[in-house]
Amino acid sequence: MSRQLKFNIFRFNPEDPKSEPHTDTFMLEETPSLTLFIALNKIREEQDPSLMFDFACRMAICGSCGMVINGRPGLACKTLTVELPEEITLMPLPVFKLVGDLSVDTGTWFRQTNTKIESWIHSDQEFDPESVEERMENDLANSIFELERCIECGCCVASCGTANMREDFVGAFALNRISRFIMDPRDKRTDPEYFEVVGTDQGIFGCMGLLACEDVCPRELPLQDQLGILRRKMAFVGLKNIFKPKEKGRHRRF
Amino acid sequence: MEHETFYTDLLCVGAGLAGERVAISAAAAGFDAILLSLVPARRSHSCAAEGGMQAALGNCAMGEGDSPDVHFADTVKGSDWGCDQECARIFADTAPIAVREAANWGMPWNRVVAGKAKYWKGGEEFEAEEKKDKHGLITARAFGGTAKWRTCYTADGTGHTLLYTLDNKVTQLGVRVHDRVEAVSLIHDGENCIGCVARDLKTGKLRVYLAKATLIATGGYGRLYSETTNTVINEGGGHIIAQDTGLVPFGNPEAVQFHPTGVVPTNILVTEGCRGDGGTLLDVDEKRFMDIYEPAKAELASRDVVSRWMMYHIAQGKGVPSPYGDHLWLDIRHLGAKHITTKLREVYDLCRHFLGVNPINQLIPVRPAQHYSMGGVRTNSDGAAYGLKGLFSCGESACWDMHGFNRLGGNSLAETIVAGRHVGMKVVEFLEGAEVTLNSRLADEGVVKETERIERLVNRTDGAENVYAIKDAMQLVMMEKVGIFRNGADLQAAVDSLREIYAKAKKIGLRSSGIGANPELSLALKMPGMVRLAICVAYGALMRTESRGCHARDDYQARNDRDWLNRTLAYWPDLDADLPDLRYEPSTKVMYMPPGDRGYGKTEIIPMDSPKED
Repeated sequence: MSRQLKFNIFRFNPEDPKSEPHTDTFMLEETPSLTLFIALNKIREEQDPSLMFDFACRMAICGSCGMVINGRPGLACKTLTVELPEEITLMPLPVFKLVGDLSVDTGTWFRQTNTKIESWIHSDQEFDPESVEERMENDLANSIFELERCIECGCCVASCGTANMREDFVGAFALNRISRFIMDPRDKRTDPEYFEVVGTDQGIFGCMGLLACEDVCPRELPLQDQLGILRRKMAFVGLKNIFKPKEKGRHRRF
Repeated sequence: MEHETFYTDLLCVGAGLAGERVAISAAAAGFDAILLSLVPARRSHSCAAEGGMQAALGNCAMGEGDSPDVHFADTVKGSDWGCDQECARIFADTAPIAVREAANWGMPWNRVVAGKAKYWKGGEEFEAEEKKDKHGLITARAFGGTAKWRTCYTADGTGHTLLYTLDNKVTQLGVRVHDRVEAVSLIHDGENCIGCVARDLKTGKLRVYLAKATLIATGGYGRLYSETTNTVINEGGGHIIAQDTGLVPFGNPEAVQFHPTGVVPTNILVTEGCRGDGGTLLDVDEKRFMDIYEPAKAELASRDVVSRWMMYHIAQGKGVPSPYGDHLWLDIRHLGAKHITTKLREVYDLCRHFLGVNPINQLIPVRPAQHYSMGGVRTNSDGAAYGLKGLFSCGESACWDMHGFNRLGGNSLAETIVAGRHVGMKVVEFLEGAEVTLNSRLADEGVVKETERIERLVNRTDGAENVYAIKDAMQLVMMEKVGIFRNGADLQAAVDSLREIYAKAKKIGLRSSGIGANPELSLALKMPGMVRLAICVAYGALMRTESRGCHARDDYQARNDRDWLNRTLAYWPDLDADLPDLRYEPSTKVMYMPPGDRGYGKTEIIPMDSPKED
């Protein structure tokens, strides 16, 4: 006999004045290889067409479907019901603005944060279509890729104590991203410049070291290591700064 | 009508790799650009491409002697001579530049490591010597249908990494990205396209974008099929709004590619490497069958051939029944734990995480799935759409048309940034010379029309048909009758069924309130358009009485260069009609490479100059 699954799903439509936050319950018969992607779509198509949730790739590479699954942030597409008890409680990710039900606005949050940390290669080198590419060691390319594997699903942010308390904390994702740029010789930013970006309480010094980010990361990124390395590096730059006269005329928002 | 209006120079509908690359060109030239996206830009389908992009750099040992000429020839052959050779030429020449440009922007391409290296091909290990003077340059891997190894890559995350690299550039240039916004109709006066009416998918409100140039870069239309490897957002939204104008043709709608091994139930792709390394396909009795149908190559026959025999075998009652429909098994157990956990690591992870299957001792449920749309918004070599000035298209959504009737692995990811670079340049030229009047009266009319459509759906004015039932019915007809095996009787039956489904699609009524970011309303708004696209695919396939590339007809097995060396152009001038107006144009204006044998797959060809039959 297959199991009868009981889904408790958070419901709220902020655009509907009549809507109040509440929980709806749906029953679904478990089928082989059932993931939350299949289950939620079945519930929407067969039981409640207004149910809001987000999926795109359904193969854990796009990062759309982060939600709180029985109390833990994770990707719904990568979650098999067979790994869960019969009663499954689904909530939207905290920190991000709610669009409705299980759907949250991660896009705006990540774009703002990527803009804040200037998540791009800083270089004056113009591209010359005629010339051969600059050489790079393959091991370095692999190391950059290792950190570039982040899919911005928001699970690390949702599970972060600091991010839940203060709006302006950039989160483990951004600190990992900065580590990626520090590693890349094509980005010409200096340590003091990186310090200006993340050497603050909104950046690396806001991290309380609880490290839920690494526990919940669906890409299994080495966040603990990266946060540790970055903290040491930035503390060192910070110490040096104390003995240096302040630069004039440069101002960043944080 | 109260609505927000945004003005810009370039409006890109779609923020995957193609859309972002064109926006970068415009922004770098000093023009204002806005990207619209159904999802946050970094979640676009571009991120799913794992393998890599083709560019003839010739740095690695197995790519030695490669050049854009060889790449061009592979692409034309791959297309079964269905492509526009001018575009294939531009593509092959531009690809190396686009790859290096991406490196300049931060793309961590894998690099050549000098010295002896071990590689795999056809299940056999061999050694090659990578040259010292190439050490540190961008390397490449092998893909099907290519004479040289030319697929540049970053591990198994090429699309993801490339998309992040380009989106970083977009952020740097300050291009505005409006995500969770869906274009619902184009604004035009019959000659010029000046933007679109869109629906905010966070609030459900309509808004207007007025632009001097509009680009459609919305990816493929895989979700017309029940089984597809495409992301859930590839519903042909861009094709619908272009074709709805009645002026812009849908080029080669019938050119659709399938992949033999999508896993059941989610249709995530399992790499061909499984079969390459010795994996076998089994039926309900756990017996092999490919060795019966294709004694020479068995499981290693080409993608389309394997897919066709799999569907045939299922039709013979040999499929494995499941709650998700019949499927077959892929067996890699005999390769052993060591091989599976190292060489086929991705497959090992995929099976455990998404299926709960351990492929070391369990069978993998698979069946063929739709994979790529060669057809799309027909454009000229500048990326300018036929029929409306100021409208462009690029990437998988476009029929530019470098793929013809079959797309080579590694050429899809490449097309996004290569064509994107070229079309971006042409869009900039257009903007520099553009004298466009952004007529807000047309926009107001568009908003009134869309508001009325929404009200009719919410109030069930036209009927109470269930949108999900209509979608399921359409997808099933497409999968069963317009899939891998095609023949006149099935295609005719498909067209007939789809016309009935279209009649129902015009009578959809919502079951929910439609308030806010309502998903039922989103689907209901595009459902009639999706059925029209499906009819174009089926009807185009019915009329094309030959086999070419992925379009394989049992009743017309030869490639007919005499009568069908052309491209279908499907117009839909009257939305009340239930069939498109099909026209045709020659496949290519310039013929650098006359039709010949591809050197693989079927060889029966009716030559261009053979006499006509009665």
